[in-house]
Amino acid sequence: MAKSVINISRLSKIYKSDSLELKALDDISLNINQGEFVAIMGPSGSGKSTLMHILGALDLPTGGTYLLNGQNVGLLSDDQLADIRNKEIGFVFQAYNLLARTSAIENVILPLDYAGVPEPEQYERALAMLKKVGLADRLSHPPNKLSGGQQQRVAIARALVMNPSIILADEPTGNIASAQAEEIMAIFEQLNDDGHTIVMITHEPDIAEHAQRIIHLLDGKIVKDGNGHKRRIINGKAKE
Amino acid sequence: MKITKLIKSGIKNLAINKMRTGLAVLGIVIGIGSVIALVSLGESSKKAVQSSIQSIGSNLLTVLPGFTFSGNVRGAMGGAQTLTNEDAEAIKTSSRITTVKSVSPEYSGRAQIIAGRNNTNTQVVGVEPVYAQVRKISLEKGSFLTSQHLTSMAKVAVLGPGVAEDLFGEGVDPVGQTIRINGKNFLVIGLTKSKGGMGMDNQDDRIIVPLTTAQKQLFGVKYLSSIALEAKSEAVMTQAQNEVGYLLLSRHKLTAVEDADFRIMSQEDILQAASAVTGTFTTLLTGIAAISLLVGGIGIMNIMLMSVTERTREIGLRKALGAKKKTIVYQFLTESIILTFTGGLIGIVLGIGGYYLYARANNAVFSLSFSSVFLAFFVSAGIGVLFGWYPARKAASLQPIEALRYE
Repeated sequence: MAKSVINISRLSKIYKSDSLELKALDDISLNINQGEFVAIMGPSGSGKSTLMHILGALDLPTGGTYLLNGQNVGLLSDDQLADIRNKEIGFVFQAYNLLARTSAIENVILPLDYAGVPEPEQYERALAMLKKVGLADRLSHPPNKLSGGQQQRVAIARALVMNPSIILADEPTGNIASAQAEEIMAIFEQLNDDGHTIVMITHEPDIAEHAQRIIHLLDGKIVKDGNGHKRRIINGKAKE
Repeated sequence: MKITKLIKSGIKNLAINKMRTGLAVLGIVIGIGSVIALVSLGESSKKAVQSSIQSIGSNLLTVLPGFTFSGNVRGAMGGAQTLTNEDAEAIKTSSRITTVKSVSPEYSGRAQIIAGRNNTNTQVVGVEPVYAQVRKISLEKGSFLTSQHLTSMAKVAVLGPGVAEDLFGEGVDPVGQTIRINGKNFLVIGLTKSKGGMGMDNQDDRIIVPLTTAQKQLFGVKYLSSIALEAKSEAVMTQAQNEVGYLLLSRHKLTAVEDADFRIMSQEDILQAASAVTGTFTTLLTGIAAISLLVGGIGIMNIMLMSVTERTREIGLRKALGAKKKTIVYQFLTESIILTFTGGLIGIVLGIGGYYLYARANNAVFSLSFSSVFLAFFVSAGIGVLFGWYPARKAASLQPIEALRYE
């Protein structure tokens, strides 16, 4: 049996304001195994971003349990959560979220620095990752000198550099022109083929088709959990 | 994280946004610099007044005539004509006076002075030769008055350096020249050394002539405007004050001390009176400095708060990438410390430098107020560090996603 990376049961997230109670996530249970490439779809307000933030330990649920590699995330201290975010999770944001006026390689080095990796090794590893995403010639460019697609590739290199057990991508192609979006998706497919577990949010069906498994959310609930097909046809190889 | 590494990355982060860093440093520089300059300025004018009064001598007592009365209306202090040459003579000779070393009767009035094409209006003081000793006057050039000048009512004058410059120009030796005082020719026989002084009572702007000449030829009076007394030592000042006081009371046929038509002031009394004035001045400057410090502090607070708040998203991102809360707090604390200390040092240098230039340009006493340096620095640095650290800690305590979403 494949090893479970993410296991959530009866997870809920309720936002309360004075008069209003909004269930962003309503009693969700879900298991994601190592090596899976999962797309989460749903209209805005369906709770997909909230789910992603909880999976990325960027936010805490109001109910239920979240096991990451068998570890109950809800029981961890602030510092332990920081370690989880640093070592176990690689997060790719829709808006890239690179540090402004900071070179591509410095951006990729950040997680290594927080992990306490010695300086010469930091540089080696960041360089290797930027090569992997095809940006070896853009090392010292700050974000505003890079195209959207290039910025997202820097962000992917940053997400990968700690060799996390899971990559979470929140609408990774949402701000990117379609030609470059395909390049980004090709990188994700390659990563998945290399054995990385990937969870990705998207609202575009053809982007979701790159994944093996597509989960549909609506009003904080999972309404559909099934296979994607396109990728198997394109790659000409069956998985399962 | 090691401190050197923290400082290195702090400088790197500050260098990334030069505008923001520059503004923050500027706020601190202005806050600290203005406080140091203002407070020191106040202190130095206070010291200048003190030293100019003390330079006259601490064994000095001055007898001044009392108030003038016309009917029930009290006139100006010192305006009365109750002090006479005989009073001075009595103090010199009376057996009841045991503690007074020298007595210098003086009459001073304003007069118009002409030398060649230049003319000025200044204080002319008629004195006896002992004046130089009592008032601690020393000569730059020439000689002082002698008793022959006094008895012969000689038309000779000793000039203060201020008057000499006004009349003859800078660096010109006035000794041997002739000046006209109220239309009468006087031979300049000496030039006094500069003593410094303030405002109306600048000793450097005086012309010294024989007392007899002043009273009879220049002003036509028979009374004195003051008698300066040199006590035998500082310890007997009070005794001297009492002896002279009772002698003058009996000479003026008065019994009660309250009726005295004269006043005897020590340098201490004059110093106190002057200190009251300069004290007000210093309080005013300190008030302005305090407001500058407050405004500077609010400026620092503002810019630190703004720059940290602006970076809340950055804090969220750093946390999302695995930064621990304390790593973030250390980072921002280091940055604020670097900012405030750099700004503080520049502020101190500029404040002291500005004040030094002012003091040099105006020949004022350079007297740095260290307490103001410390106060300004620690208040500004404290505000800077506090408002760099506090919002950073608040932002670092948020869930990363909340900080990332911060608008």
